[in-house]
Amino acid sequence: MEKREVILSTRSLGKYFYDPIKFKVLDNISFNAYKGEFLTLVGKSGSGKSTLLYCLSTMDTSYEGELFIGQERVTGKKVNELAALRNRSIGFIFQFHYLLPEFSCLKNVMIPALKLGKYSYKEVEERAYSKLDVLGIRDQALKPAAKLSGGQQQRVAIARALINDPAIIMCDEPTGNLDSRNTRIVFDIFKQIAHEFGQTIIAVTHDNDFAEASDRTIELADGKIISHDKNFDTYL
Amino acid sequence: MRHNINSDIALTHIITRKRQTLVAALGVTLGVGVYLFMNSLTSGFSSFSRDEMFKNSAHIKIYKDDELSQPLVPSAGSGHITVIVNPQVTTLSKKIINPEQLLSTIKQQPFVVNAISQVSFDAFYNRGKAQISGDCSGVNILDYDAMFKTSKYIVGGSLNRLQGNLNGIIIGSGIAEKLNLGIDDNITVTSSYNVVKVMKIVGIFTTGSSLTDNAKSYMNISTAQQFIKEGPSYVSNIFINIPDPNKSEEYAASLQQLTPYKVEDWKTTNADVLASGKTRDVLMSSIAMSILVVAAFGIYNILSSTIAQKINDIAILKATGFAGRDVIRIFLMEALIMGLIGTLIGLIIGAVLIEIMSNIYMGGPVGYFPIRFEPALFAKSFGLGVFITLCAGYFPARKAARVDPVEIFRK
Repeated sequence: MEKREVILSTRSLGKYFYDPIKFKVLDNISFNAYKGEFLTLVGKSGSGKSTLLYCLSTMDTSYEGELFIGQERVTGKKVNELAALRNRSIGFIFQFHYLLPEFSCLKNVMIPALKLGKYSYKEVEERAYSKLDVLGIRDQALKPAAKLSGGQQQRVAIARALINDPAIIMCDEPTGNLDSRNTRIVFDIFKQIAHEFGQTIIAVTHDNDFAEASDRTIELADGKIISHDKNFDTYL
Repeated sequence: MRHNINSDIALTHIITRKRQTLVAALGVTLGVGVYLFMNSLTSGFSSFSRDEMFKNSAHIKIYKDDELSQPLVPSAGSGHITVIVNPQVTTLSKKIINPEQLLSTIKQQPFVVNAISQVSFDAFYNRGKAQISGDCSGVNILDYDAMFKTSKYIVGGSLNRLQGNLNGIIIGSGIAEKLNLGIDDNITVTSSYNVVKVMKIVGIFTTGSSLTDNAKSYMNISTAQQFIKEGPSYVSNIFINIPDPNKSEEYAASLQQLTPYKVEDWKTTNADVLASGKTRDVLMSSIAMSILVVAAFGIYNILSSTIAQKINDIAILKATGFAGRDVIRIFLMEALIMGLIGTLIGLIIGAVLIEIMSNIYMGGPVGYFPIRFEPALFAKSFGLGVFITLCAGYFPARKAARVDPVEIFRK
């Protein structure tokens, strides 16, 4: 199998927590994430998987080692450059939807694209509708975000993460608040995103079924990678 | 046109939180309204009291100042002796030498609006046994009127009747009342040089200031010169008006180059009144300013609580690519909108208060309360209102910009 394009990589990533005592939460993390890969990060509570995700997200900049997104070295960039990078290349999905309650679902989806400013307002609106269509909630577009069910809200949040066609979508327990039916829906969407649209998904989860069904699982314990999944070799 | 998402978010926050917006705006309204009103009050009153000052004193006056004797006269040679004396006023006469020439030189200065000469002396007004002491000015009454608007205060007779009438006198209403005299009655005037003349009253004035009304009179300049036994070249003061009274110091300095006599501007003459006026202005503006600052705290408070409630929204905005400066802009814009609404309503309320106040009759020489619409004060209140809300908005906005999204998401 030909070598796949690396979309994100880390070199000897390390991080300390200082409160209450100095504690190494991430230790020598090096791995690659590839284009179109559905990658899950698993581990026990306190293993450092969420901490790793936030380092990868560029929102947490206090780490050692290096982080590359695309071909770009991200480590050491200024806060405003990182914000622009996230806007362009990273979509976020959290356990909680974090939709802005004053805005309609449509507007919530549009906000990152309006921030990007690549398309006109009209085009952004059309794109947002098409994303909501993909997620099967086009009919909810004009409702206020607060009026939707939990599963629908999470799908609006996914549409928002997708609006700028980011190379990477990072998720922190994306199905943590969802019932099994909605989990299934979200999972199918993720598969579609990764395999049909070629976007990379990096998801932190403690849901074993969810991790099991992903392309690859990286398991962390005490801040170290302890396994790179069974399928790992087939991707190299 | 590129859609501005920052202002979109700010506007949505404002619209969905109408009550808080209104409360914050009302605080500013109160502050700006009171600030504008109080400043208009002080400004109106200041210009009124300045006009009062110019009733009697010109912008600049020239007079011969007292000279003090040298305390030590050193000996001229070995045969002479050194004289030590107490310093004393040595001026024998307060006369200005060659006043006509000085006056015409002054009048030639491009900045001089008007210049007149005056002869003043202490006078006693007598009728039978009754006597009132006062002071009398010998002037060319029409020139004098052009400078001091004396005709405004004439209540009987007229200024014109004094013109060329060497026996005429215009007296204050207080003198007329006390001596029970009217127009065309005779009054005996005595000077400290023991010159006694019977004059005919051709006019009576009331300025509203009893100090003036009970003591002051006007007559022709040559009559006054006779009262102090001086010739036509004697002049005690020269009064000068300039276009901008606020710059009187500069003009006085340049006039001083022309003459050895003392050139004094109105600010020096009325230093005490000006100082107390300044104190009043500072007092009033600090009260008004503190009210404005309190109003700013309203904005600060409401924005702080908005930000505390919206901390999740701020976190997701930052995650999806909004930089710190975008967040600052969003919340500053909210503060600005609240501030603008508040300031504009405040200006309207201030204007209404000014209108009401200007219709209140204070009585006496003041008449209606001296307050006016001053565009400069409106502009200043507007600027200050907006500025102070921006300051009040900046600190919570900066706090919002520093929200660490990771901290929020990890909860």
